[in-house]
Amino acid sequence: MYPAAFEYFAPATLDEALDVLGRYDEGDAKVLAGGMSLIPVMKLRFAAPRALVDINRIGGLDTLAEEDGRLRIGALVRHKTCERSGLLKGKYGALGDAAPLISDPIVRNLGTVAGSLAHADPQGDWGSVMLAVRAEVVARSADRERTIPIDQLFQGPFTTSLQPNEIVTEVRVPAPGRAGGTYLKLERKVGDFATVGVAVHVTMSNGTVEQAGIALTGVGPTNVRAAEAEESLTAQALDEEAIDEAARLAAAAAQPRTDLRGTEEYKRNVVRIFTARGLRKAKEAMAS
Amino acid sequence: MTAVETEHKGWLGRSVKRKEDARFIVGRGNYIEDIKLPGMLHMAILRSPYAHANINSIDTSRAMELPGVVVVVTGDLLAEHKLAWMPTLSGDTQAVLATDKVRMQGQEVACVIAEDPYVAHDALELIDVDYEPLPVVMTPQAALEDGAPVIRDDKEDQTDNRIYHWEAGDAEATEKAFAEADKVVQLVTHYPRCHPAPLECCGCVADVNPATGKATVYMTSQAPHVHRTVFALVAGLPEQNIQIISPDIGGGFGNKVPVYPGYVVATAASLLLGRPVKWIEDRTGNLISTGFARDFYMDGELALKEDGTMTGLRVKMLSDQGYAFADAQPSKFKAGLFHIVTGSYDIPAAHVVTEGAYTNKAPGGVAYRCSFRVTEASFFIERLVQTAAYELGADPAELRRQNFIPPEKFPYTSATGFEYDSGDYEPALDQALQRVGYTVLREEQKRAREEGRLLGIGLASFTEVVGAGPSRHYDILGIKMFDSAELRVHPTGKAILKLGVKSQGQGHETTFAQIVAEELGIPPEDITVQ
Amino acid sequence: MITQTKPTTQEIAVTVNGQEHSLVVESRLLLVHLLREKLGLTGTHVGCDTSSCGACTVLVDGVPLKSCTHFAVQVDGREVKTVEGLAKGGELHPLQQGFHEEHGLQCGFCTPAMLLVSAALLEENPDPTEEEIRWALSGNICRCTGYQNIVKSVQWAAKKMKETS
Repeated sequence: MYPAAFEYFAPATLDEALDVLGRYDEGDAKVLAGGMSLIPVMKLRFAAPRALVDINRIGGLDTLAEEDGRLRIGALVRHKTCERSGLLKGKYGALGDAAPLISDPIVRNLGTVAGSLAHADPQGDWGSVMLAVRAEVVARSADRERTIPIDQLFQGPFTTSLQPNEIVTEVRVPAPGRAGGTYLKLERKVGDFATVGVAVHVTMSNGTVEQAGIALTGVGPTNVRAAEAEESLTAQALDEEAIDEAARLAAAAAQPRTDLRGTEEYKRNVVRIFTARGLRKAKEAMAS
Repeated sequence: MTAVETEHKGWLGRSVKRKEDARFIVGRGNYIEDIKLPGMLHMAILRSPYAHANINSIDTSRAMELPGVVVVVTGDLLAEHKLAWMPTLSGDTQAVLATDKVRMQGQEVACVIAEDPYVAHDALELIDVDYEPLPVVMTPQAALEDGAPVIRDDKEDQTDNRIYHWEAGDAEATEKAFAEADKVVQLVTHYPRCHPAPLECCGCVADVNPATGKATVYMTSQAPHVHRTVFALVAGLPEQNIQIISPDIGGGFGNKVPVYPGYVVATAASLLLGRPVKWIEDRTGNLISTGFARDFYMDGELALKEDGTMTGLRVKMLSDQGYAFADAQPSKFKAGLFHIVTGSYDIPAAHVVTEGAYTNKAPGGVAYRCSFRVTEASFFIERLVQTAAYELGADPAELRRQNFIPPEKFPYTSATGFEYDSGDYEPALDQALQRVGYTVLREEQKRAREEGRLLGIGLASFTEVVGAGPSRHYDILGIKMFDSAELRVHPTGKAILKLGVKSQGQGHETTFAQIVAEELGIPPEDITVQ
Repeated sequence: MITQTKPTTQEIAVTVNGQEHSLVVESRLLLVHLLREKLGLTGTHVGCDTSSCGACTVLVDGVPLKSCTHFAVQVDGREVKTVEGLAKGGELHPLQQGFHEEHGLQCGFCTPAMLLVSAALLEENPDPTEEEIRWALSGNICRCTGYQNIVKSVQWAAKKMKETS
């Protein structure tokens, strides 16, 4: 309930922030955006960074816009902004449907999409969504800027390929042509972590699936891309048979563990059902 | 607030706006954490990460050196004052701070008293405890196996993990009933452990005045008077010099009935230091160490005639008591109020065997709707009756109706020896069935099943035991369970009503005032309830 | 062996319920403790250690946030409203009246947060549906009431506020 002491910095520019980060040894300084994951962990003393770099006062990091063939989500875009955005419907349905399901409405006021990805909780919803939509993450340090494809971001529970001196400045989602998607989440109550979550994002071309994105929350050491399930849909018509097969393969790709939220068997079955429902919903969304 | 009519009668049963709302809606409640006294210190508890371990050593030197830390209390220090162990409400003992061993995960090992709660929590990290982990006993079944580690090896006569073996009812008559039964139905079930989790955690501000010897303890207490007596027994302070003040409580649900180590150490520290000491637990401490509810394994059978008449009940119950027997169970009945396991039914023969076992978990078991095992018993008999209905192909409502204690049999003594003073159950059942549209529901259910859909209809009858009774049947630690009230009417016609019952949100300040208003005609706004 | 960082302090300026304050605080001081301990405003409550219960919710620049999961230093230069700032000149806010009229509280521990989140809701959406009220309050736990009367209280207030506007 009482965090350990730290030095606090609230820089006005990104360069200042990066400079401070660079001065600290590995793991000693942490970026503070929404704080909805970091501060609870600090209060329980599971983490005790020596310095916090608060980026909330830095301008220009809250863009949510589609431009140059991609959707740009700045580092300070809050879950609430996504929940309310008219942009995240239709072809970006996977994002728009996930946003209202993140934690609870008060947390959504402050928590950020980028922060959620950097935190890499295997029960984090945005991770699955971004895997399904083939996003990439822009990371800047004092020396350089690089783009990390989402597939290369998550390495394990709460572990990413980000360097300690890097700040995620933006998440980018390639703008699809004809596409539809959704996010389905089973939780015991609002604010709980997902028992199971499934993100679905399908792009079509000439009546068949050009690319399918199916990713799973809470059923593995990280968010899991159901690659075989995705493959099974490529160049197929999105019919009931294909949907059922993809759902079956997604369930097989899941690595759930029995715990107080349910048995392995139960969770695997939810993956199957949610994948099928999600694909049907994506199909309906594209038809209308 | 609106003006109140001064009509004499008609206060009972009238919907009245609550008097206590005024302070809560403007954020002026007086919860324990809101209390600030001059010179007040803050206490934090170091808890064991192990469920069962020997303590080889505790080194508090680094913690003591942290600026702002006043003292670090350990079990050894308390032992010097015979305070390392305290009585529980069931006549067992529970550690205040661990001395030789820890016997549950989260057990209190040391307390830091500091000028500031942040510093107190910094100091917790600087206490070095050398633990030697021991095999852990997690279920009462494992606890009762041969060769299981003896958890309470601190108790002289304790050679295993068995706490009690109680029986009630007539074993012979019950055996006979079962031998002659047309049908026997069995249910084996576990009512898992759950936690009442009131929104406000437990805590206290203990203020022992060194000059007068008076101990004022502000406490999250659902039973301040009982706690005062327990404090007198534990701390050896004269009871008339102890005042337990329970200001506003943010929910109780039974969680704020037991006496916790935190209260005792805070009081002892205040006595030692001559300054008020505040202890507010965090949610983690609340959930892993304070009075939980349930954790009962039940295995029983119902004997019935072909026509559905119940003839006998036998139940074996095993309770996971945690590492200390700390039920707040006020009755002198063997098996506690599990006695009402015959429920609302006229069962001529019954035999109940209840056993309690120690495990490496937090002590407790009767929180949450103050069940005293009534909830477990009701759950069991109702599930058993339901099972009987399924197996007999009988309608669950009719099977119940058929076996209800008929009105002419009251006052009724159940086969386990419990007296039910009054009752008329059939009309209640009829009302319930009528209001819910039972026959329509059953038809709907039939149709749904034909369509391949599952629709369930749940029924339960609950004969609730409320209020403890005469001293010959009810007692905790010799404190008895009678209640009292004192009404004082001042010359200006205003009144103060003092009660033994403490509200944790139930609205006593309004409701009891209504009762006095009804009887005496004093308007409720002129009656202060304390 | 844990090496602890020495506490650092800094000066902040924050407006709470319309009143300006200038204080020196440790960087790690939680906003809830600033309000409760430094400013004596004990209406904001702590109910959990995992930011799950919402009992500590206050409004910062009009936005509900969990004050137990926010540092005091983060509100430097900002405006904070707590339950103590709801009533205006001795007159209760319609929400406070509504909770009283509709029996929206029992033990009162969750009430300040419920009031503030509801106030933020009605500010943005003066005519919410029941669904919208429940959605907005889904981050606030109550252990006593079962929520029905809390919803009714907010509806009472919404109606009252529409009548008087």
